[in-house]
Amino acid sequence: MEKTLFLILSAVAIIGALVTVTRKNPLGSAIGLIVTFVALSGLYFTSDAPFVGALQVLVYAGAIMVLVVFVIMLLNLPEGELEEEKIPPRSWALAFFSVVPLGFLCIAQILSTKFEDKEPVGEGFGSVKAVGQLLFGDYLLQFEVVSLLLLVAIVGAIVMAKKRL
Amino acid sequence: MDGFGWLLLKAGIPWFLLLNMLPVMIFLERKGSALIGDRVGPNRTFIPGIGLRLAGLVQNFADVVKLLTKEEFIPNHVSRRAYLLAPMFALFVALIVGAVVPYTPVMHFSEGRELQIQALDSNLGLLLLLAVSSLGVYAVTMAGWASNNKYSLMGGLRASAQMVSYELSMGLAVVGLFMVYGSTTLDEMVVAQGDAWLGIIPKWGVLLQPIGFVLFLLAGFAETNRTPFDMAEGESEIVGFHVEYGGMKFALFFMAEYVHMVVVALVTATCYFGGYQVPWISPEKLAEPACATKVTVSILLAIVLAGVLIGLRLLKWHQKNRRIWQDSRKREGAVLALLLGFGPAALAALLLPLVWGSTLGANSAALIAGLVGFAALFAKTLFFCWLFVWVRWTLPRFRYDQLMGLGWKLLVPVGIANIFITGILVKLGIW
Repeated sequence: MEKTLFLILSAVAIIGALVTVTRKNPLGSAIGLIVTFVALSGLYFTSDAPFVGALQVLVYAGAIMVLVVFVIMLLNLPEGELEEEKIPPRSWALAFFSVVPLGFLCIAQILSTKFEDKEPVGEGFGSVKAVGQLLFGDYLLQFEVVSLLLLVAIVGAIVMAKKRL
Repeated sequence: MDGFGWLLLKAGIPWFLLLNMLPVMIFLERKGSALIGDRVGPNRTFIPGIGLRLAGLVQNFADVVKLLTKEEFIPNHVSRRAYLLAPMFALFVALIVGAVVPYTPVMHFSEGRELQIQALDSNLGLLLLLAVSSLGVYAVTMAGWASNNKYSLMGGLRASAQMVSYELSMGLAVVGLFMVYGSTTLDEMVVAQGDAWLGIIPKWGVLLQPIGFVLFLLAGFAETNRTPFDMAEGESEIVGFHVEYGGMKFALFFMAEYVHMVVVALVTATCYFGGYQVPWISPEKLAEPACATKVTVSILLAIVLAGVLIGLRLLKWHQKNRRIWQDSRKREGAVLALLLGFGPAALAALLLPLVWGSTLGANSAALIAGLVGFAALFAKTLFFCWLFVWVRWTLPRFRYDQLMGLGWKLLVPVGIANIFITGILVKLGIW
């Protein structure tokens, strides 16, 4: 059951990602990305991380992608005005040299991991409580630093959007 | 332990209930608007043969026939796939959100079997609800965009901007609940609301989180695109996101709005008004055979009494009707008196000797506790459904900038302040 779910969700996520990069219409890409996010959330649910899964939908699919879709809709380019993208050979080479080593590392890591001798996760793993305790206990400093980063981003956005304060 | 049939019960009942609340909501809306506008409302449609009009409830059947037989018209200039998908997605999201609500207390049957009518028993509860309902925005944006029409695009943008903004204040309101109850699960919240202060005042969420309740309700009104926040559709004045939709496709949007309303009413009743809890009688006490018997007997007696009274009243109405109508409608009063008045009364009177003097078994007692809990939740939900209608026909519409101002400049700061105050009070141990 879990395995089938994993396979289905992974397939959906990969198809969504492919749609995202192959569509000419930006809204089609955005929808592909949303599908990927929802499928990823499902993957989190199947791997005992329901809180992360819910946040994935709530934050990425429900908020960030809405903004992306907004921008696309406000610009609302007609189909004909979309430029034909030409990919120069140099880009192919760059893509090859950046993706292939990464893929190699990933595959090597997966192959070298021994899944049998991992202990099963304990009761309550991935619940709101467990994540909250980690976030505001062990990783409090990192959490606060990241929130500072977000604050900087907000201030920057306001400065850029509003010339006259 | 859970057989397939029980799973079907758990998932099917919420779905069935939400879909069947639709005609009830439409009926409430029409009759409510008529009541407030001092009109009669729909009263012409009747079932041929027995002449039942049910005060306009039958009008819904006529609507369905009309909508289904209408031509399925798809304009040439739309993006077909997105255009067709949007209304379905709207209804899908609205229906699926109701899955996390617990409709009854846990019923303990013999041999350790348990049943609680709740489709998705997740420990995320409300968070999951927020997550799924945040996807509802896409239905609106997709509809506006796929129509390839400037006006519907702007309507879609308006509606989705509103929904995204008010989602934030809804989230903030809900955080207060999480802090008070120390849980994100709806069922644990409801159980916690069964307690009482000094044994008298039930610890309902509305008393623990009064500011949060107002925030939640306001956000709920905005999320469902209802008046006073309904410039998303504003049927006759502003062109909304669904101008290019007709027939059943428009009806799907309409259904989604009404189901969404019922869901918001359900969640408000669950989080802030004790859900399936009946004040002063806990479900555990109700499930005790002695108590359940008493409750059953009093309910049956009430049905007998009310049935006879209603039946007599309807018979009186029948006397008048018989002279007015020439067709089958002249029988309506008599049929109604039988169906709503004397029929239930007779049924209850027949059942009464079975329970009178004896005590119920543990299984039936558990079932009674579940039914009473469900009835309590349903009554509270109906009240909030009526509130939606009441507000719609009472208040005028906001201007769009006022709406966004209210959302961002008032509700969000108040929500944050509410979290802050709640945090202090929880830390001090007052709650």
